[in-house]
Amino acid sequence: MYLSIVLLPAIGSIISGFGAKLLGNKGSSFIATISVFLSCILSFCAFYEVGISGSPCYLNLFTWIDSGILNINWSLMFDTLTVVMLIVVTIVSTLVHIYSMEYMKQDPHIARFFSYLSMFTFFMLILVTSNNLLQLFVGWEGVGISSYLLINFWYTRIQANKSAMKAIIVNRIGDFGLTLAIFIIYYIFKSLDFSVIFASASYFYNNNITIFNINVDALTIICIFLFIGAVGKSAQLGLHTWLPDAMEGPTPVSALIHAATMVTAGVFLIIRCSPILEFAPSALIIITIIGAMTAFFAATTGVVQNDLKRVIAYSTCSQLGYMVFACGLSNYSVSVFHLMNHAFFKALLFLSAGSVIHALADEQDMRKMGGLVKIIPFTYIMILIGSLSLMGIPFLTGFYSKDIILELAYSNYSIHAIFAYWLGVLSAFFTAFYSFRLIYLTFYGETNTYKIIIQKAHDAPILMSIPLIILLFGSIFVGYIAKDMFIGLGTDFWGNSILTLPNNIVVLESEFIPYYIKLIPVLFSICGALFAILFNSIFSNFFNYFTISSFGINLYKILNKKWFFDMFYNQYVVKYLLYFGYNISFKILDRGFIELIGPTGIVRLIKQMSNTIHNLQTGYIYSYTMIFMVGVVVLLNNYYNNFNYNYNFDIRIIFIIIIIIYLNSINYIKK
Amino acid sequence: MIINDYNNIISWLSNFNLNLYILLPLQLFGIGVWGIFLNRRNIILMLMSLEIILLAVNLYFIIYSVYLDDLIGQIFSLFILTVAAAESAIGLAILVILYNVRGTIAIEYLNYIKG
Repeated sequence: MYLSIVLLPAIGSIISGFGAKLLGNKGSSFIATISVFLSCILSFCAFYEVGISGSPCYLNLFTWIDSGILNINWSLMFDTLTVVMLIVVTIVSTLVHIYSMEYMKQDPHIARFFSYLSMFTFFMLILVTSNNLLQLFVGWEGVGISSYLLINFWYTRIQANKSAMKAIIVNRIGDFGLTLAIFIIYYIFKSLDFSVIFASASYFYNNNITIFNINVDALTIICIFLFIGAVGKSAQLGLHTWLPDAMEGPTPVSALIHAATMVTAGVFLIIRCSPILEFAPSALIIITIIGAMTAFFAATTGVVQNDLKRVIAYSTCSQLGYMVFACGLSNYSVSVFHLMNHAFFKALLFLSAGSVIHALADEQDMRKMGGLVKIIPFTYIMILIGSLSLMGIPFLTGFYSKDIILELAYSNYSIHAIFAYWLGVLSAFFTAFYSFRLIYLTFYGETNTYKIIIQKAHDAPILMSIPLIILLFGSIFVGYIAKDMFIGLGTDFWGNSILTLPNNIVVLESEFIPYYIKLIPVLFSICGALFAILFNSIFSNFFNYFTISSFGINLYKILNKKWFFDMFYNQYVVKYLLYFGYNISFKILDRGFIELIGPTGIVRLIKQMSNTIHNLQTGYIYSYTMIFMVGVVVLLNNYYNNFNYNYNFDIRIIFIIIIIIYLNSINYIKK
Repeated sequence: MIINDYNNIISWLSNFNLNLYILLPLQLFGIGVWGIFLNRRNIILMLMSLEIILLAVNLYFIIYSVYLDDLIGQIFSLFILTVAAAESAIGLAILVILYNVRGTIAIEYLNYIKG
């Protein structure tokens, strides 16, 4: 059963991919959906067995690498963290499959789409069920490649090409960090199995290693490189530039990859490596600070975006910042809880945005929508409840995880925690603001669309509605139902999968913070929502004057250009690296030097030498005669000197000969 | 009289200083060899240089026959003269036919064995 959880999506992907001609469009989509649905049912069984009944499962499949110093097996591990991720991934993947059966109905390449979706699910499952770092890296790279294929699904569109390349290249930079972390882990622990690493991590506390003649703390440098991998995959500040541009893919892709699964792979890595992270406090501080800055930065940038999906993408980036800084403050279980909740309401938001786009005939710009509340009320309800859950309105799903993150941040008495708290609260304000701005511009007010489009606007068909309804129930109830199991005090749900050192546990202190501190996040959210609605409806004059004023224009410029991150990267990093990559490393090194000392160079050298020797055979008798005479002279010399060839041989003659050869061969190269 | 001439000849033969007579044929040989290399004009010069080489070698045979008091050097020198004459005749005959075929006897058109 456990193995089929992982393998069923792969089988579905292969059958629907290669059997597309046989099965047709409907057949392959059906096969892929059924296989992922079966995997979902089985992962519920696994959740019952591992999570609720408390019996983790370890499967050792077969050997991969069997050398003396490195032994790695293909093995699966189903402990609590894994099954929680399994639930999240398979539920969202199944719902996205069902949704895309209707959304992509008229696309002729739908079989390829479903094959890629299932392949992505398969690799994500490999990532979460792996028992060693190398298998995790296989899944890691696999989801990267699948996301490239999915973003680039409409590959004839140039913007999709660019975005997919950007996604894969920025991801690759993060993968490099993860690779370095794997190297150092192997160097220190001599193994890549999680069971070995986590069991012996505490013995390497305060242990220094030397890299390039610099003494660094071993566990700190491992955790920093692991975090770089997470920064790349989870779009934290620095390597976040790919996430908004990845909205070029179809909406179900955004829902699957950029809401629920791939971007949570980085957070999953951090939580999985919590036994190592706990013994590296400096790395935890860095993680907190970067997570908090990401949350704030993404929230401020999402305020002025005009594309429907981009707002939700920045919302994802901001919530990932929440998850990451929750991990940085050693609250791993809360981070996983927020991950699960976020998957539900973010997938709901993305899929309903897809429903809106579908209704308005592929219109994605928010400024050209409006007044849809009476026309597509079902979608309006979905987006409204999803946004309320995202904002952290009390007693919906988002409230339980988001508020406890902020409370725990406040009760941790360190500077980086207070920094994270205030940035988190500010980004809660901005989150509420842009969520309601989105709702207002899309649904309320007067229409900005064309008459033809709004005449034909229809609500979501049945196949698109069912996933939305299921996610709706998830967005409302899952928080309350699962709260005590995941983050309750004294729960033994997590077992061995998450380690928190005793002096980092602040759950008890968080109960005794002042009452107004507990109210501040909710207050800020409601204020943000109110500001959005008021600015757009009643105080719209004031808001218009503000946006035309010079302060408003400059602010808009900074925020709309994503704090000039893209421009900075393009001008000062990418341009020079591309120049280096083409001119220096390709032309001069690869095609120049390495070919010169490789087979091509040897062939060219032999041709030149044979040309030179060929010039000796002139065909004229007198040349041959001269060579006779030279030979005679040499022979006579040897006859009288007893065939002594060891004349006084000065080494400098070699250099003179080389210079002569070089000077003689110039006219052959510069042809 | 005759005995005085014989005495002169015997004293010359027994006090034969070879070093005086080495250099001239060597120089003739060198002239002949260099003549083949430095030849840029025509083939007749090459044949003439060849004759000079043969002459030099001839002289060496005679000198060494006097030095070693062996008559075989002078007999062999007669052989060389004969053979040189015959070979010059054949060479000139080939030269005439070459001129008939090519129309020129310049050296630079004779690179048939190039390759």
